Amino acid sequence: MELLTPELGLFVWTLLAFLIVFFILRATAWKPILKGLGERERGIADSIAQADKVRTQMAQLQSENEAALRTAREERTVMLREAKEAGDAMIAKAKAEAKAVADKMIEDAREQIHNNKMAAITDVRNEIGQLSVTIAERILREKLQNEGAHNNFAHNLAKELTLN
Amino acid sequence: MRAVFLRFLLSLSIVFGLSGTAAFAQHEEHPATEEKGFEAGKTIFGHISDAHEWHFFTLGETHATIPLPVILYSPQRGLSVFSSARFGHEGHRNVYEGYYLVDAHYREQMGASGVNPELVAGLKEGKIIAVDAEGRPDPTVKAYDFSITKNVTSMLLSVVLLLLIMMAVGKKYQRGIGSKSAPTGFQNALEVVVLFVRNDVAKPNIGYKYQRYMPLLLTMFFFIWINNILGLFPGAANFTGNIAVTAALAVVSFIVMVASGNKHFWGHLLNPPGVPFLVKVILVPIEIISLFIKPIALTIRLFANILAGHIIILAIISMIFIFGKLGANPGAGFGFSVISIAFSIFMFFLELLVGAVQAFIFTNLSAVFIGQAVEEAHHHDNHTEEYHTVNPETGQQYNVGTQEIIA
Repeated sequence: MELLTPELGLFVWTLLAFLIVFFILRATAWKPILKGLGERERGIADSIAQADKVRTQMAQLQSENEAALRTAREERTVMLREAKEAGDAMIAKAKAEAKAVADKMIEDAREQIHNNKMAAITDVRNEIGQLSVTIAERILREKLQNEGAHNNFAHNLAKELTLN
Repeated sequence: MRAVFLRFLLSLSIVFGLSGTAAFAQHEEHPATEEKGFEAGKTIFGHISDAHEWHFFTLGETHATIPLPVILYSPQRGLSVFSSARFGHEGHRNVYEGYYLVDAHYREQMGASGVNPELVAGLKEGKIIAVDAEGRPDPTVKAYDFSITKNVTSMLLSVVLLLLIMMAVGKKYQRGIGSKSAPTGFQNALEVVVLFVRNDVAKPNIGYKYQRYMPLLLTMFFFIWINNILGLFPGAANFTGNIAVTAALAVVSFIVMVASGNKHFWGHLLNPPGVPFLVKVILVPIEIISLFIKPIALTIRLFANILAGHIIILAIISMIFIFGKLGANPGAGFGFSVISIAFSIFMFFLELLVGAVQAFIFTNLSAVFIGQAVEEAHHHDNHTEEYHTVNPETGQQYNVGTQEIIA
């Protein structure tokens, strides 16, 4: 039974010592230790969160870069196609223009040739006319050597005139 | 104290490889020592009880003891402070300032001298009593003993150790070691325990208010643990195996529990809601009793565990001497010492474990009781409801927050 009866002295000393240790250690040990541990844990958690954020940012940046690259590639294709089309159009236009000029030149040349031909023909005709007149004069002069024929002719001419 | 002497000789002979048999034989023939045989019970009780002097061993007539301060307060005689050496040595006690340190011899003497038998029965060895002019117990004088006993000295030693270790580590954290850089040295060992108390004792049992109670729980844990370990040293005091000590710690735990009890706690205790009146009449007294049983359970659990460990180790050691005394043949004692030492080594390891486990259990149960006192009404129910979320498209139920489904 002796073991189960608490002694007052020991009880009081234990209580006193425990409370003193508690108050001293609370101020000098537990508060700094718990604060330090808390700070460290927060620090680690923050670092991990930061790393995650940076990783997401990197991923975002990469996807953005890829998107930009893809857009650039598409733009290049479009530009190439447009340039080709513009070139083709220019060539076609130039060809058409050249053809038009050539056609006009040919036309002009042809017209000129025709004009020249016509002038030549007119010349020839005039020449022939004159020749015929000359020939006719000569023939007439030969024919009109005799009077009768001359009168007859004049008569015929008069007749023709009246009839007209 | 023959047993202690034998133990001392035994350990000496083991250390120096001497022939112990000769030493024993010589001693047996010594006429001055009164042969009463080895009383294991007495030896064990001598080791586990508190004392007013720190006794290490007795060699012949030389008592290796450290006298400790005696502090007595009596309403009639006032305060007396003196060294326990004033009472003389074991077996040669004397009266000092009207007080006497009771021993077996005094009890026999008083029994024989015709003092009231009831008074003699009340005499406890190792206790200080007030005596009258003739040296007889004086029941009219009430004396309160606040001496610095063996247990108090052991506790003061542990307090110094505790303060030195913890303040050194605390200073390191104050300088930023451990919070901004990696912890160094002993900090690493301590940190594990501090985190264990925080994450596995305080947080699960108390809840989000745990931070307020952390200093108390940490002090409790380390105070008990360091004293459990100190108690395992040979010749050390049986501090945490004393009921006064565990009662003092349990009182602290009880006061904190009662002081932090909220409306919900007292309401459920004194007027349980939704309970018929007749049941209440039975239930409320039971609840009130259970409130006081909690610190008593704490007190007895720690004290009994540590005390049992000490008794077992002492009993196993004592077996050497019991066997040694059988037929006055020390050889049996030496033969058994091999088994006994092996057993006690096993028990020491077990007690190292028990010391830590009991410190944990005391702290954990304190945390559980505080947790019950600070628990708030239907706190958990709201939480579980909040977490049951239904997917608006499929109608499927999830045990997660709404945000997670959206994500």
